[in-house]
Order: sequence, then structure tokens, then C-alpha cells
Amino acid sequence: MKLIAQRLALGILLLLAVSVLIFVGTELLPGDVAQAILGQTATPEALANLRAELGLNDPSYVRYFDWLGGVLTGDLGTALSNGQNISEALGKRLSNTLFLAMWAAIISVPIAILLGLVAVQHRNGFIDKLISATTLTSISLPEFFIGYLLVYFIAVELQWFPSVSTVYDGMGFADRMSAIALPCATLTLVVLAHMMRMTRAAILNVMQSAYIETAELKGLSPFRIILRHAFPNAIAPIVNVVMLNLAFLVVGVVVVEVIFVYPGMGQYLVDHVSKRDIPVVQACGMIFAAVYISLNIVADIVAIIANPRLRHPK
Amino acid sequence: MADPADETLLDIRNLRIEATVYPPGEDPHDITIVDDVSLTLGRGRVLGLIGESGAGKSTIGLSSMGYGRGGVRITGGQVLLNGRDILKGGMAGLRGVRGREVCYVAQSAAAAFNPAHRLMDQVTEAALKHGSADRQTVQARAIDLFGQLGLPDPENIGQRYPHQVSGGQLQRVMTAMALASGPDLIVFDEPTTALDVTTQIDVLAAIKLAIRKTGVAALYISHDLAVVAQVSDEMMVLQGGKLVEHGETRQVIEAPREEYTRALVSVRSIRHEEKPPSPEPVLTIRGVTAAYPGTGVDVLRDINVEVHPGQTLAVVGESGSGKSTLARVITGLLPPRAGEVQFAGRTLSAAMEKRSRDDLRELQMIYQMADVAMNPRQTVRTIIGRPLEFYFGLRGKEKERRIAELLDEIEMGEGFIDRYPAELSGGQKQRVCIARALAAKPNLIICDEVTSALDPLVADGILKLLLKLQAEEHVAFLFITHDLATVRAIADSIAVMYQGEVVRYGPKSEVLSPPFDAYTDLLLSSVPEMKLGWLEEVIEHRRMESAGN
Amino acid sequence: MLELRTIPWSARIGLVLTFTFVFVAVFADLVAPYSNTEVVGDVWEPVFGEHILGTDNLGRDLLSRMIYGARTTIFVAAMATALSFSLGSILGFTAAVIGGIVDQAMSRAVDLLMAIPTLIFALVVLSVLPGTLIVLILVMGILDSTRVYRLARAVAVDITVMDFVEAARLRGEGRIWIIFREILPNALSPLVAELGLRFIFAVLFLSALSFLGLGVQPPDADWGGMVKENKEGIVFGIPAALIPAAAIAALAISVNLVADWVLNRTTDLKGGRGNG
Repeated sequence: MKLIAQRLALGILLLLAVSVLIFVGTELLPGDVAQAILGQTATPEALANLRAELGLNDPSYVRYFDWLGGVLTGDLGTALSNGQNISEALGKRLSNTLFLAMWAAIISVPIAILLGLVAVQHRNGFIDKLISATTLTSISLPEFFIGYLLVYFIAVELQWFPSVSTVYDGMGFADRMSAIALPCATLTLVVLAHMMRMTRAAILNVMQSAYIETAELKGLSPFRIILRHAFPNAIAPIVNVVMLNLAFLVVGVVVVEVIFVYPGMGQYLVDHVSKRDIPVVQACGMIFAAVYISLNIVADIVAIIANPRLRHPK
Repeated sequence: MADPADETLLDIRNLRIEATVYPPGEDPHDITIVDDVSLTLGRGRVLGLIGESGAGKSTIGLSSMGYGRGGVRITGGQVLLNGRDILKGGMAGLRGVRGREVCYVAQSAAAAFNPAHRLMDQVTEAALKHGSADRQTVQARAIDLFGQLGLPDPENIGQRYPHQVSGGQLQRVMTAMALASGPDLIVFDEPTTALDVTTQIDVLAAIKLAIRKTGVAALYISHDLAVVAQVSDEMMVLQGGKLVEHGETRQVIEAPREEYTRALVSVRSIRHEEKPPSPEPVLTIRGVTAAYPGTGVDVLRDINVEVHPGQTLAVVGESGSGKSTLARVITGLLPPRAGEVQFAGRTLSAAMEKRSRDDLRELQMIYQMADVAMNPRQTVRTIIGRPLEFYFGLRGKEKERRIAELLDEIEMGEGFIDRYPAELSGGQKQRVCIARALAAKPNLIICDEVTSALDPLVADGILKLLLKLQAEEHVAFLFITHDLATVRAIADSIAVMYQGEVVRYGPKSEVLSPPFDAYTDLLLSSVPEMKLGWLEEVIEHRRMESAGN
Repeated sequence: MLELRTIPWSARIGLVLTFTFVFVAVFADLVAPYSNTEVVGDVWEPVFGEHILGTDNLGRDLLSRMIYGARTTIFVAAMATALSFSLGSILGFTAAVIGGIVDQAMSRAVDLLMAIPTLIFALVVLSVLPGTLIVLILVMGILDSTRVYRLARAVAVDITVMDFVEAARLRGEGRIWIIFREILPNALSPLVAELGLRFIFAVLFLSALSFLGLGVQPPDADWGGMVKENKEGIVFGIPAALIPAAAIAALAISVNLVADWVLNRTTDLKGGRGNG
């Protein structure tokens, strides 16, 4: 229990540090927000006015705490480019992104674990080698190559699914699923091989332990050995693999959303980076980092819970 | 009543075992691990399998369960258990044999128990699976066995997890696990090798008693002849996968027929006459107390010992006694909290960084694991040549000549000069490390468990070499070891360490003669002796002692 | 010694392709039929017509654009890798050898940087910085050096605790000898294998940034940027965008094949050299 609390506290500390880093990254680097908004031709008076309006004349730590206070109370400020309330604009998009990532996870995680198990069963056999070759290839493929291949063959040639993933409120579940079919498939293909290979390594590591030999020498059936002796010890490493890949998925979503013009966080972030709309970039960066860090914390906590040494101290 | 030994339990005929190896840069090929070995074992008999590493003893033991570790395969012969060839029954047949007719006790119980389950669940698993009794009966039997094996609190120890129990206790629980399903045969694979010597004897006695009480037959595998002699009825000596000698234990120990067996029996028979102390010690450790930084716990307390020129001080103790920490203090890797180290008439700086080059040169060190004590990317030439270059500025021909001399001294010869460490055998690696230390022309060499990773015969060769070099070069040794037989073989004086303190110190003859303090007595009496009935004598002696107190 | 026969076929393919890419990139001016910006025909002419790979969204020769794109892609990725590698390995070794507070401080800073996904952090930073090649190389190099740092430090820490390093220290050897003669020869192999992987990562990372419109700016283009330029064609069944995307994949796979071989060879060496 104490360890879990420690890990959570560490996570919060890390998030705070990350918020400083993101703030510093956008505020202190040699780019002037006012100049960026108004362009090179702006008059000095206009620049000065805008700076005052945006509070850019305050010392940076004051602005940091203002911003942090806002983030903590759910107020992410307003976008520079169109004056929109960022929290409102983000809410919808965040749920779209999570919806897409969730379905990609629901499809890829079981397949990856299953294939990882198959690879272990046929260790060094043909299937295992095939899996290893596929992994090598798949980590070399850019997301947009897979994405556009799918668009070209499945959306354009076969016309099974739309090439642009339009989603809107009140859309039926079937339509929505059809809309995210291709981005979801792309994400799945991107993480699958990697997750499979890591699962294989995690299970192999457990299967080569001395206690598995003990179980074999007790004359237990392979099924019982895997279920009773391998599985309890493989949970933590497998969860770790899954969490790592989900974190990876959250990042991969940025490019995939752009490919399929999907109205999610990633697309929103990329648009506003080109517009140099700093409050939006800060807000999106913070949310992505928070999701990423939370996934890592979950992995650590599962590892703590699954470890009998920590559950039953001496 | 018929002699139970007449009835054959296990009959292995012409066993041949192979494995595929994958040497880098070569095509994979098969090697033979066990070649044409046959043995029979009567019901209730104990057979000791003896041999050095690579002899194939574990492989033979596991073959009685139809099991090959890693890529090992049984490629020829028969394994008849209770009259049936277990190799013919397929996997399903083997599963019926394993855990019911034959059980296994591994060397490292700590690794062999599943960390995720309670001990009781694991102990009773095989018996329940094979349906010999219901859960309550099996648990009652397990608790009974825990008691027989001398485990504390037998009623409740089964509720613990493996990490909550000590190594010696786990080894007993594993024995109970093997006995719980009431097998005909148990394979003991070096069950006491990983334990400290004082723990080993208790576990050994517990195992022996359990074997006698249950009447189970056993294959007892060990590299330590003296240990096997205590529990076995007969013995098989193996070398390189082939049978060397098979006979009754008494015959093998007292009248070995083969040359190799004789060598194994007489190992550690080096006798070394103790030299009188000189007035001028080369190393004096005065009042040393040390703790690892940030721990605040003293791992060494008030150590006072001396080493005399050209002599050997053996520092003996079990794991955790602080003997290796003492070496770190002397070399300056761990500055002590109090006390000082005097060397060759001067006081050494506490920290290594502040010592002069001569201080460093005259105090050399040899490590336990020769494998990691040499840079794998350097040849023997660089390894031995560097100290010559570094301390004496030798270059070119002069250096080559000196390297050749040193290689001669360690009985290896110039042919090895361009080899990498990975191209040397275990014993050769340790010899090169000795040459590296000698190259500095030291006054004192600290030897940290230098023989404990080696097979007995190889270790013997190293000890003989060290004694020869001491006579020739007049170098002093501080010899750290847990092995009392080694101490007897080479020491002039002895310091016995226990929990960070020197509990007994003096010339070898005094330290090893009574009256003893309690710990030294325990330690000395725990060292297995190559004679029948030794175990019983010790146990009896201890019972009398504790009754007397 | 290295013999051609002993190289597995997968690594041979990788080597040949990698060298081809590098050759084309270096001698782009000699190899390319047209210049980078010249309009030579209609928009999106098909493959295998007058122009081997067809033309792009503005009617420029795609093959020539690909060749110049190879130069930009490989140059930026190579520079970023060189930066991340030298920075990461020097800091990593320093942390391992010095240890203590210095090690702690550097390692915690790296943990912090790695807590933010690389792409996200790059986007945040690029939102305020000018989109020049130098900035791209710096951002990519510094962000990726965290991974090299971790590897270099871990490898060096493993080696510094070995007895042979302690033996060298006890002999009185200086820090230079210990780093360059004792640690480096043993750390080199895993680092060299990692070099290939970091280069692949740099190629993919740069391509992703350019694809998002935040990397190399027009009229120059790397392959990722060319995918962006031509992506609108896909929905009309024009596969021009797939060509640069496939080139990225081909380069990454070739380097991966070579890196995989190097990795296997070095693990062989570790356990190898006879059967001591």
C-alpha cells in the first residue's frame, strides 16, 4: 500500500515537473508570441498592446502559476488564433481520440498476446521466425505508409470503408465504427508486431525459470503449468508490455488522425502548432503527457500488486 | 525377510544423451554428453553420482525422469523404472511417472519454488494431482514431513511464501515436497551445495534421516565426495559423460580402483608445514572498524590481525562474516571508519586514490571469478604485460621476455601469449590472474576465494602453484575462503571471522586444536570428512554437547 | 576477419540498399534527371510514362524530387543521429564513471525528458521555434540523446562494476586508460548496433514531422514532406504519395537488416572466441 502511494506521489511530482518543462519549452524559447500572431509587418504599438493583453509583460513564473492554476481548475485558457475556449474545444476531441485509441487497444491487445503465446509454443519454428521478421519490418514502417496503403486499396479501390473519418454528434454506433475502421486498423498494425514480440519475450522469460522445470518434473499437464505456474508470474511483465504499447498508441494517434482527418486531439494539436497558438499547444501537450505518464503509473502499480514479495513482506 | 536390495527399482541400460550446440561461426552440431552408461538401483538404496562439472551427473539423474534440460535429448538406451521403460510411454506416460514414482530436489530451492504460491500448495500439488489421497491427508503428511525434516513450526510454515523462508529451510521444504507424494525414487541434485557449511550439515542430516525413515531410494548427485559418502550406499564416479568406477561406498572411499577416483579421494591432501611468525609483519591491521557508506551498520568491528613475510594468513568465515569487506579495506576501496592498515613498515592511506604507486604495486589482488577479473577484449600479452609496463616501464623485447618467464612460472608456456580469456579453461584463467599479480613483484597478494569457483582437482593445482610461488618469490598471502580444507592445506596462521568480528586468531596449529570457542567448534565440525559415519559422529557429538549444557 | 561469404543474405540486401540510398543522396546532382523545383509536365502524370515515377502535385519530376529528398532525409537524420549519439554516449559514460550526485542529477533530468512522448515534446517546442534545418537537427538530436544516454550509462555501469575494472583501478590506472582501454572496447558493440536503430528512428521521426508540415519546409522537401504534398491524390486513386512513403520504409528496413546483423555478430563475439 505504501509503495503504491509512493508511486502515485511520484507520478504527481513528475506531472508537475512536466508542466514546468512544457511551459518553459514554449515561453522561454526565442519566439515571440505577439510577433508570431501579428506577423513581421505589425507596428510596435500593436505588438505592445497585444503583449499587455496576453499578460506577456508579467515575469514568467507569475504566468506559469496563473497557467497551472487554470489547468488544475479545468480552465485551459483561450486559443490565440480564434478566441475559442480551449477546454470546450478539447473535450469533444479528447473523447474522440480516446474512443479511437480504445478500439485500437481492444483489437490489438488480445491478438498480440495470443500471437505472443503462439510464438512461444512454436519457439524457433517457422511461425516464430515469421513473427520476428514481421516485427523487424513493422517497426521500420512509417504510420502514414500503412495508413495510405489502406486508404489506397481498401477505401479507394475496394470502397469498403470511407477514406476520411468524419464523426459527428448523434452518429449511430455502426456508422461511427465504419468511420474509424481504417484509422483503427492502422493503429493496430502499428503496435501489433511490437507488442507481440515483447509479450513473447516476457512469457519466454517466465517459461525458462527453474520453477517451471519443477512443475514439469511434478508431471503436471502443460495447460496446468501455464495456467497455474507461468501465468501468475507473467501478468506483471505482460501488463507492462501492454501499457508501454498503449502509451505508444497515444502518440501514434497524432499522425493517424492527420492521415484520416479525424477530429481528435492530435489533429487539433498539429493545426495549432502551425498557427503557433501556444495556449492550445500547452494544453494538448499537457494532456498527452498526462495520459502517457498515467499509463506508466498503472503498469508500475500492477507490477507492485502482482509481486508476492511486496504483497507478503517477511 | 527378503533383502529389499534384491528387488531392482531403476535399471538404466546403455544410456546415451546428446545435445545440439550452436557455436558462433560454426554450423550447429551434436555433442555427446553421456555415453553408454548403465546402472541399476535396488529399492530403498541410495546411489551417489560423483564427478566434476561436465561429467554428466545431473543429466543422468534427470534421465531417470525422462527429462532433458535445455536442448538435451536421450538418444539411446533404456530407462526401466519398476520394470517399465519410461521412455516408451510418450509424454502422457512420463507425466504419470514424474511426481509420483520419481521426484526431484533441485540445487537452488529458492529458484525452484514458484514465488507466486504458498509453500503448502506447492508441496501438496504433485500428490493431489496424481490422486494418491485427498487434500487433508496430504496436508497432514506434509506437516508430518516438515516436522521430520526439523523445520520450525511445521504446522504453519506451509502458509508462508518461498521468499519468507531461509535458504536452508527451503531446501528441506523441497525435500518434503519430493517425499509428499510417496515416490519410489528421489533425485537429489546437489541439494546442499549452495548452502553455508554449518547449514549444510543440518540439511544433510535431515535428508539422510528422511531417506532412512521413508525407505525411499535416491540418486544423490554431488561434486563433493565427502558429502555423498555420508548418505550413499554405493557410488558411481563419472568423468566426461563416461563411467569411471562403480562400487560400494566403503570400497570407493577406502580402496578406489581407478586412478581418477584416487585423485578425487586424495584431493586436498596437500600438507603444509606451518612457518614460525617473524618479528616484522608485512601487514598489520589495527583496530579496523568499517561500514558501507550510507548504511550506518558496521560490517567489520575492531579487527586486529598480522600477515608475516612469505607466509599465509587464512581468513575463514561463512557468507556475511565480513571477510571480503576486510579485503576491500586493505586495498583502500573501502576506507575504514576507525583503525589503520600498516604495510611494509609504513601506514597506508585509508583511500586507494591517495596511495603511492609503490603502495599499489606491492599489494596485489586475485579474484574469485577469473572470468570477470580479466578484460575480455585484451590478450594474455596485454593482461600480464600491462603491470610490467605500468610499474617498471618495460617495453619491447624486455617485456616479452618477462611475460614468457611469468607464463613459465604459472606452468602455461609462451603458446598462450596471444589468447583471449575466453579461449582459456577455468584453471588457466586463474593462473593468468596469478601471473598478472606476480608481474608487479608484490609483497602481499590478497586471494579472495580464488579456488571456490573451480572443480576440486583444478583447485588443487592452483593451491599447489600458489605454495610453490610463495616459496620461490617469498610473497605473503592473505587468503580469504569459506573452505576449511583449503585453509588446512596452505595456511600458516588463521583468523576465523563471524558476523564482522575475528572470533579466533593465531598460528594454524593453535587455531585448529582444542579447546575451541563455540563458533569455531561448529565451523570445524561441519566440514565434511572423507570417512564413513562422520555425519552420525558429528550429530551425536552435538547432541551430547547440548545435553551437557 | 570479415568475409563476404559469412554475411547472411538479409544483411547483404540491407547493405546493398543502404549504400544505394547513400550514393544517390551524395551524388544527387549527377544522378537526378531534372532539378528539384523544375516543372516538367502535367500534374500527377502516371508512373512509367514519360517520367519513370510520374510527376507530383505541381507537375515536377517525382524521381528527381525523390533523389533530392533522399539527400535531405539522410542528411538531417544522419546529423541528428550523430548529435544524439555523441551527446548521449559522452554524458552516459561520464555519469557511469563519476557516479554519485552527477549521475543522479543527469539521470533524473533524462527521466523527466523521457516522461513526455518525443513527438509531443517536439511539437511543443517547434510551435515557437523557426522551422530551419538546424533547429530540426538540434531538436531531434537532443530529444533522442536521452535514449542513447540511458543505454550508454547502463552498459558502462555494467562494465565498471566488473572485477577487471576494479583491478585496473587498484593498479593505479588513470581515468583515461580506464574509459578508453577497459570500458570502451567492451561497450562499443552494443552502441554500434544501437547506432543503426537510432538512425532509423531519426528517419521516421523526421518523416513524421515533415508529414505533419512541421519539418523540412517547401520548396525543399524530404520524403515525409513529399507524402504530405501528394496525399490529396490518394483519394482519386493516384498513388504518388505512396512512393516516398515506400522509400522511407525501404531505407528503414535496409538499415534495420544491417543493424540486426551487427547486433547478432557482436553477441556472438561476447560468448565466442573458442569455447573456454
